[in-house]
Amino acid sequence: MAITVLFFASLADAVGTRELSLAHVAGDTVASVRDRLVAAHPQISEFTETLLYAVDEEYAEEDAPVPAGATLALIPPVSGG
Amino acid sequence: MLIRVTPERLNPEEAIAAVRRDDAGAVDVFLGVVRNTNKGRSVDHLVYDAYPSMAEKTMRELAEQAVERFDLTDSAVLHRTGRLEIGETSLLVAVSAGHRAATFEAGHWLVNEVKRRVPVWKKEVWSDGEEWIEGPESLGMERAPATMRGS
Repeated sequence: MAITVLFFASLADAVGTRELSLAHVAGDTVASVRDRLVAAHPQISEFTETLLYAVDEEYAEEDAPVPAGATLALIPPVSGG
Repeated sequence: MLIRVTPERLNPEEAIAAVRRDDAGAVDVFLGVVRNTNKGRSVDHLVYDAYPSMAEKTMRELAEQAVERFDLTDSAVLHRTGRLEIGETSLLVAVSAGHRAATFEAGHWLVNEVKRRVPVWKKEVWSDGEEWIEGPESLGMERAPATMRGS
């Protein structure tokens, strides 16, 4: 099963899409998926210092596992309110 | 507990009715309102993006924490998305409690935590351009290297 990746706001503009599907690799973590995304879309590297991540709608650290079928959201600094 | 992320107008009366109780002597309401200027620049309108399912989940968790922490009778958190004109309400927080002190504290805390954690983003649109805003109070900026903060 694949991983669904979500982009928002400035990052969605930079990548040119809000959602994409990525093949799952055994042992995937937030960091390993992020690194594959950066390789495919180098413009993401400009965001990584302030980026947070959510796996299935929960904030997750970089070493958190990303299981097959999961949704990984890349979350630039939020600015609601 | 009223929690909603929506492109529809936010109605304070609805949130007040949702949190009001016969045993609650105080209801505190906060409206975040679109203003026409930011950092010396004239703002034409805002556009809000959101991760709606996670935003609602995070808002619900924060609203539940507020009830627990400040001994509230109930709380409501609503955030609007899409294009908002000057003067429109982007964020609506309402809390109720037996007495006023808890509602003031809880309202303040909830608004701060919403701005810190809820996955919603605003884009400022000026007459001559636009920019996505990175919230200075966001968890992402808190964790960023010191050189990137306060910019």
